[in-house]
Amino acid sequence: MIARIRCGDQDAMAELYDRYSPLVYAVALRVLAETGAAEDVLQEVFMQLWRHPANFDVRRGGLGPWLAVIARHRAIDALRKRRPQTDLEDVVIAIEADLEGAAERTRAVEKVRASLHAMPDNQRKALEMAFFEGMTHTEIAAQTGEPLGTVKTRIRAALMALRRALAV
Amino acid sequence: MTGHEQFAEDLALYALGSLEGEAVNSVERHLEECAACRQELARLEGDMALLALTTSGPAPPQRARQRLLKALGHEPRSLRTVFMRRRWWTLAPVFASLVLAVFAILLWRENARQRDRMEALRADAARNQATFEEAKHLLALLTDPSAMHVTLVAAQSKPQPAGKAIYMPGNGALVFMASNLAPLAPAKTYELWLVPMHGDKPMPAATFKPDPQGNAMVMMPPMTAGVEARTFAVTIEPEGGSATPTMPMVLVGS
Repeated sequence: MIARIRCGDQDAMAELYDRYSPLVYAVALRVLAETGAAEDVLQEVFMQLWRHPANFDVRRGGLGPWLAVIARHRAIDALRKRRPQTDLEDVVIAIEADLEGAAERTRAVEKVRASLHAMPDNQRKALEMAFFEGMTHTEIAAQTGEPLGTVKTRIRAALMALRRALAV
Repeated sequence: MTGHEQFAEDLALYALGSLEGEAVNSVERHLEECAACRQELARLEGDMALLALTTSGPAPPQRARQRLLKALGHEPRSLRTVFMRRRWWTLAPVFASLVLAVFAILLWRENARQRDRMEALRADAARNQATFEEAKHLLALLTDPSAMHVTLVAAQSKPQPAGKAIYMPGNGALVFMASNLAPLAPAKTYELWLVPMHGDKPMPAATFKPDPQGNAMVMMPPMTAGVEARTFAVTIEPEGGSATPTMPMVLVGS
């Protein structure tokens, strides 16, 4: 499908939008909590793909995860009202789990959700503040009243827990 | 593999965009030279993607789809596709535009040069005009019959006939001014003579008659260029002038 988009096939772009727009919109809405702003990010992410399809390299990860990460980056940029901080060409994603099929993807998501529920509240909260609210570790430390080192450790531990969840 | 342990926590924050200050530069410098940490960064992006995939919510509104499709219609296809699919001759307008652009730049530069040249000419013309105006005023002063001509002599002495010749041998330019000349008898004229440096034969320069106040002026009479003058003299001659001066000399100066 990416090859068709590279050839300027608008129908392929429409198909791709129908498949991935719920994910991109959900990520943007979770970060921005505002439908208009989330729609803007949705539009921007797909227009970026349309304009620069070469930025997505199949060897760098699946399209769904890539779009989800790009949507998160752009939504955080919008939240912080700043210019895009991440070059799309630089986003390389490595996931060991098989996420190609819908069933595999659903199972993986269930495992990750279970892992999130299982982790300590302060760990999950620190990860969500960094990931969905775009806060720096200094801001998180200031808001939670915890030492910087503790915040750093918690965030990394939370990400490792997600990774381990898929390994079992 | 989790990369180098000393960077492990900072790398996780870096992937999230939550790292700040000098630590960002430090991680980026390390990433440039450490393949293991670059791989770990990719895995952290994968972890973040998993977190993103857990989000769910309402589907985007239909208007968002229409907005995107409308925008696609307004966007040109990617350049790569255009170049891959088009025949070379379809690019002729592009090349023509490039040639025209180059031609336009050359024309613009030539135009700028001509404009500079024109400015220089205009400045020269302005300077010449100023010089010309000055000369015109000077000439008007010297030739205007209403202008006062006053000859200053030693106090309590009677004004005497006097003349002044201004001469440039190189181009034969000559101006001669005289004052206090006696009135001429009928059918007579004053004649100005140039006596050359080499050869004694005086050369007639011009004939002239003074005004009622005894003033006269001769400006730029036709002269042979390159003749060095030893003496200028004025005589009284029959109307129309003579080929040789008739003595006595009224005025003489060397």
